[in-house]
Amino acid sequence: MYPQILLRNRKPDRIATLAEYRAGGGYEGLVRVLQQRSPAEVRQVLLDAILLGRGGAAFPAGMKMMTVAEDAPFPRYLVCNADEMEPGTFKDRVLIHADPHQLIEGMILAAYAISAEKGIIFIRPEYESAARILEREIGIAREAGFLGRNILGSGIDVEIVVHRSGGRYICGEVTAQINALEGRRPNPKQPPPYPTEKGLWGKPTVLQNVETLCCIPHILRNGAQWFKDLALTESGAGTKIFGISGKVNRPGCYELPMGVRLSEIIEDYAGGMKNGGEFKACLPGGASTGFLTREHYHIEMDFDALKSVGNRLGTGAVMVFDRDTCLVAATLNLIEFFARESCGWCTPCREGLPYIREILWRIETGKGTAEDIPALKKICKHLWYSYCAFAPGAVSPVEGLLTHFEGEVAAHINQKKCPFRNS
Amino acid sequence: MPTDAQKDSLEREIQAADHPRELAVDVMAALQDRDGYLSDAAVMETARLLGMDPVEVEELATFYTFIYREPVGRYVIHVCDSVVCWMEGSETIGGHLMGTLGIGMGETTPDGLFTLLPVCCIGYCDRAPAILVNRKAYGPLTIADLDALIDRLRNAADAPGGENPGEEE
Repeated sequence: MYPQILLRNRKPDRIATLAEYRAGGGYEGLVRVLQQRSPAEVRQVLLDAILLGRGGAAFPAGMKMMTVAEDAPFPRYLVCNADEMEPGTFKDRVLIHADPHQLIEGMILAAYAISAEKGIIFIRPEYESAARILEREIGIAREAGFLGRNILGSGIDVEIVVHRSGGRYICGEVTAQINALEGRRPNPKQPPPYPTEKGLWGKPTVLQNVETLCCIPHILRNGAQWFKDLALTESGAGTKIFGISGKVNRPGCYELPMGVRLSEIIEDYAGGMKNGGEFKACLPGGASTGFLTREHYHIEMDFDALKSVGNRLGTGAVMVFDRDTCLVAATLNLIEFFARESCGWCTPCREGLPYIREILWRIETGKGTAEDIPALKKICKHLWYSYCAFAPGAVSPVEGLLTHFEGEVAAHINQKKCPFRNS
Repeated sequence: MPTDAQKDSLEREIQAADHPRELAVDVMAALQDRDGYLSDAAVMETARLLGMDPVEVEELATFYTFIYREPVGRYVIHVCDSVVCWMEGSETIGGHLMGTLGIGMGETTPDGLFTLLPVCCIGYCDRAPAILVNRKAYGPLTIADLDALIDRLRNAADAPGGENPGEEE
């Protein structure tokens, strides 16, 4: 059993209370920081810890905070991205339901690090129960003196509010989320200026994922080196919440060291393949990553290792497919998601995704031709020229399908039917 | 239209906000909760309350999945059809619901009780196949679970006060 940091207080049937969180050292980091450390020191510790953003982009959290200039204007904002909406991703929900004060403390510390007085939790409507939990626990933290005006007599003010989204995947993108918070249509905006310079209401804004923020209290209590030592790989740091789903016996969230092998996650934690099936492929980090195959079955799951095979760790949402699952149909389903969720702002995404969906649908239903494969490859390349990262992410599984499973696609075309369907 | 008390409460909240339009989704959702959907009049009302153009409200209302511009049933059932639920049988779940309720996706039963909508990943992949009923998640579901749930909701709707399908997981 590896050390449990973020999920140490997880219980099967209820959230951890403030008292339980404190019994494990909760809010000690905050007390110490307010007494002993400047915001600049906090940013440096996070940089030294190599805390990389857990929302998928893996940008160093300390570095992002450092891009808020010392003389940047006020007010400054901290936004917690709790909008996870990518197929396969559910770790933020589990984290909030397990131990909400961990997130609240992480937000207070992150706000302190950039001298922000307001933190906003942007949460998807499907997580209404999590939103209510957070509102209640924010009130409890305020009553305990950890939040609000003059926190623990330090003269520091931080307030946190919960903002409910109306529900669209693009709201998870940083600039789109800022537009959404401002009551505008959540289209992405292309930097510069970056949100850390001109973000929400034109003011410096740092946006971090739930899991990233949850790591912060532990790093500040135990130190940067401790965090780095949690990982199994040299380049990795910390633990990672892997959300495993699909054809495994025990789907769920598991906290494991960064760099743990994929085979270990599937066999030792997720209980192996469902119904004794055979592993064919997985998406390692949500729907916008490419397929890993049997060849990668023992890969070390960290940002660098995945990058070295042309893939991404993303959110660590591992979706497992067995030998009997048609990957053309699975990819068609994924593209259906992306085509439905595209904001429609730019042509490659708006036009390209339905086009890809159409071709994949033809192939899956036995109407595909040999020209469809090169056509798909060509359109995928065009989608890299979209306005934001949505379209390149969307075509990742399609490109992975064509790179690793072209034979399976060709079999559909040659047999004029899906080889995985009986009829 | 809203009662005076509801209007006062919304207006107080808006006055307290640093930037009223940050409450756009909250105001639309509040008016929707009251009326069952966001009517044309409610779009105008949202715009007036927040100092926005009606067309700005409209472009939000039609963009967001959980804002309904047409009347919906008392129980809105979102059927997750994302890849993990698909692997675990969401097509069967959706098909069974359409058969049982006698409606297609996007439709409401004639008695106004149920609306069926497809939705992209609800974040319950560890409990696939899953659905939401008025934002509460249910899963993993079998056909028998689904029948029992629909029966329970029908019975609860007949009972005084009806049923809120629940809150916490």
